Formats: sequence, C-alpha cells, structure tokens
Amino acid sequence: MIEEGRALFLQIAESVEDSIIDGSLPVEGQAPSTNELAAFYRINPATAAKGVNMLVDKGVLYKRRGIGMFVAPGARDLLLAERRTVFADRFVEPLLAEARKLGLGPADLARLIADRAALAQPASSTTEGNAP
Amino acid sequence: MTPVIEVTGLTKRYGDTVAVDDVSFTIDQDKIYGLLGRNGAGKTTIMSILTAQNFATSGGVRVFGEDPYENARALARLCFVRESQKYPDDALPHHAFRTARLFFPNWNQEIADRLIREFQIPTKTRIKKLSRGQLSAVGVVIGIASRAEVTFFDEPYLGLDAVARQIFYDRLLEDYTEHPRTIILSSHLIDEVSNLIERVLVIDRGRIVMDEDTDAVRDRAANIVGDTAAVDAFVAGRDVIHRESLGRVSSVTVLGTLTPADRDRLAAQGLDVAPVSLQQLFVRITQSAAEKAAASEEGALR
Repeated sequence: MIEEGRALFLQIAESVEDSIIDGSLPVEGQAPSTNELAAFYRINPATAAKGVNMLVDKGVLYKRRGIGMFVAPGARDLLLAERRTVFADRFVEPLLAEARKLGLGPADLARLIADRAALAQPASSTTEGNAP
Repeated sequence: MTPVIEVTGLTKRYGDTVAVDDVSFTIDQDKIYGLLGRNGAGKTTIMSILTAQNFATSGGVRVFGEDPYENARALARLCFVRESQKYPDDALPHHAFRTARLFFPNWNQEIADRLIREFQIPTKTRIKKLSRGQLSAVGVVIGIASRAEVTFFDEPYLGLDAVARQIFYDRLLEDYTEHPRTIILSSHLIDEVSNLIERVLVIDRGRIVMDEDTDAVRDRAANIVGDTAAVDAFVAGRDVIHRESLGRVSSVTVLGTLTPADRDRLAAQGLDVAPVSLQQLFVRITQSAAEKAAASEEGALR
C-alpha cells in the first residue's frame, strides 16, 4: 500500500485524491480525518496531517470548523484536469517520441489506439469519464 | 515548536573510550523520534544521561528547561523504559505496575489493563521468571500507560514476536494520537518503525550523523542499477555511498533526490532506479562513515 522512496504525505494525499476521482468520496462528502488516515495506514499523525493540509492548500478539501474535512465543490474536475496533464506528460510524450522513431504520425497512432482499444474491450465502454 | 530537551556539546568518556562525542540536538514537544544507531553507538548512554541515570563528562543537558539531576519535578515528567530494566528479586509484574502508577501522575490504568491482557503477561509469576519477551512487554505497558510527557523506549521489542510488536506499534500510535506527547524510540528494526517516527536521529560512534524529518529522507537516496559504464557515467560527480557489481551490471547507491531531468536521463539510458528504504540508507550511511574513518586512520598511520 505504501511504497518506499516517496514522501509519505504525498502518498496519503494521492490516496484521498484517488477516492475523489473514482467517486467513492463524493463532492461535499466528509473526508477521512487525519487520525483515521494515520490509524489506517499505520503512520505518524503529523505525516497524515501534512498530506491533508496539502489538499486543503490545493482547494481539494475544505475545513468545517469543529466537524472535519470535506470535499470541495469542483475538486473532482480539478483533480481530473491535473491527472490528465500528468498523463499526457508521462505517457503520451514518450509514446509520440517512440512513434516518430518508427515513422508513425499522429493519425497512424490514433488509428492504432482505436484498433487496440476495440480488441481489448469488444463493443463496450464509453471513452468518457474513465480518466487514468 | 517548543523544545522539551536541549543537548549541547554532550560528551561522555569511559576511560579512554569516548561513548558520546560532542553531541548537540533538540527534541521538540509532541513528536515521535527514532533514535537509530548500531550497538555501542551511544544511544543508551545519551538516554541515561537525559534521564539523570548517568553523568555527562562535559556539555549541557536541559529537560523542560531545567537540569534533570536530582530534580524530582522534572524526572516525574519523564519515563525511561530500559532494555535491561532491573526489578527486585521477588517482584511480580503487578508490583511493577502499581509502583509505576504511584510514580507517574498521568498513569492510565485502563490502557495498562488492556495491554496486560493483549500481551498475555502472567501477573502472578515473578518478573525474574518471565521470558525475555514478557519482560519487554512489562516495560512497554509501563511506557505507554505512564503517559509521561517524554517517554524513552530503549529497544523495547527484544524478545517480542511479530504479533506482539504490532500490538506495541498500534497501541503506541493510537494512544499518542489521543494524547500527543514526546516519544523517543531507539530501535534496530528501522523498517518497522519508519512510518511511525516523525523525525530521525542517527548516531554513529558517539556522533549524530543525521537529524532530519523522516519524510524528507524517504527520497534522499536511490539505487541506480544497470550496465556498469552507463551507471558510472550517471553517478560521476554524485555522492556515492555504496557500490556493488556483478559482471557488467552495477548497483550504486547515490545520495541526493533525483530530479525529473535525472529520471528522464536514467530512462533514456535504460537504467533502473530502485528506492532505498530508511533502513538501507541507515546501513549505507553508517558503513560509508566507518569506511571513511578507517581510511583516514590508515592515512594518518602512514
């Protein structure tokens, strides 16, 4: 669950973000508390708090005094936009670079992707909504 | 952050042996510290001096802003769970718990009872007859239930099996979350405690070689693995703390956080990057320091 070599607070923040993206934590829903996160991942509460605070600074969570942390309106769109940019940088850029080496243009690549997607998921699933 | 402990220029000599060598550090309130070091590095000596169970040769120690020696007011706020705690010959565990209850103003009997049950400590067997693990469990119960403002655990897990150790970590974290306080945990099982500790102090041959936030250390080093020539080209000019080779493949541990540009370069050259755990980093840093010390001694002899 927790991987070595990466700051824990980032991993905690990402785990909350993942729940928001996949919808298990809806907008205006109550986010897990620092103590719940610390107990679940068996980590120091200060580290969990750092992750939660990062999400507050980013506008993903907001605090209701005396009640807890909640998912901000627009948080999911914000995260999806962010993850899509990361996806383009991390996956599409190298894909284009390798394709260029093989003499494949963007149109060839698009056709290739469509063909493979059709093979992988015969006659189902929309392309909408399932961001990486 | 308010420091609860301040150590400046602390030195402890036993005859010709320097156990603690001009050490300075502070301990902030309500944080969990990991005090890491090899056997004989000076961990227990430092904790003994901080709890007034041993004398410094020179240097200053302030606990809650005061000198801890013969200072009952300061000492009542400290709990030191020694690895080799001695008890009177005919003492039963419940005598030890009752004494602790009298001594520690914040003692919580409820958590003590729960831990005694969970660790299955036989309360009617003399402490002398307990197994090493049961003896450690007695110390752990006292350390957690005392809820002292500063608690030192000196290798509290000796003889505890994996289940008992998990109980210890879970209850410690739980109780700390509800009742934040300062905890100093000396341990060899670094990977087991690395997620619990907020700050890490590494002692090597009487000196502090690392004093940092644990999370900041997590990406401090990396293993670069691949073709020897490519690895060597990449690590040139970097701080190499360990190197292994097998045929044409090398694995080199470098200090320093890798930048995205570094990662792109590594990927382009087909080199693999493996993370370095706190425990591996600890081993590499102390090994590397020992090698450097040996090399300079050799140089001095020539």
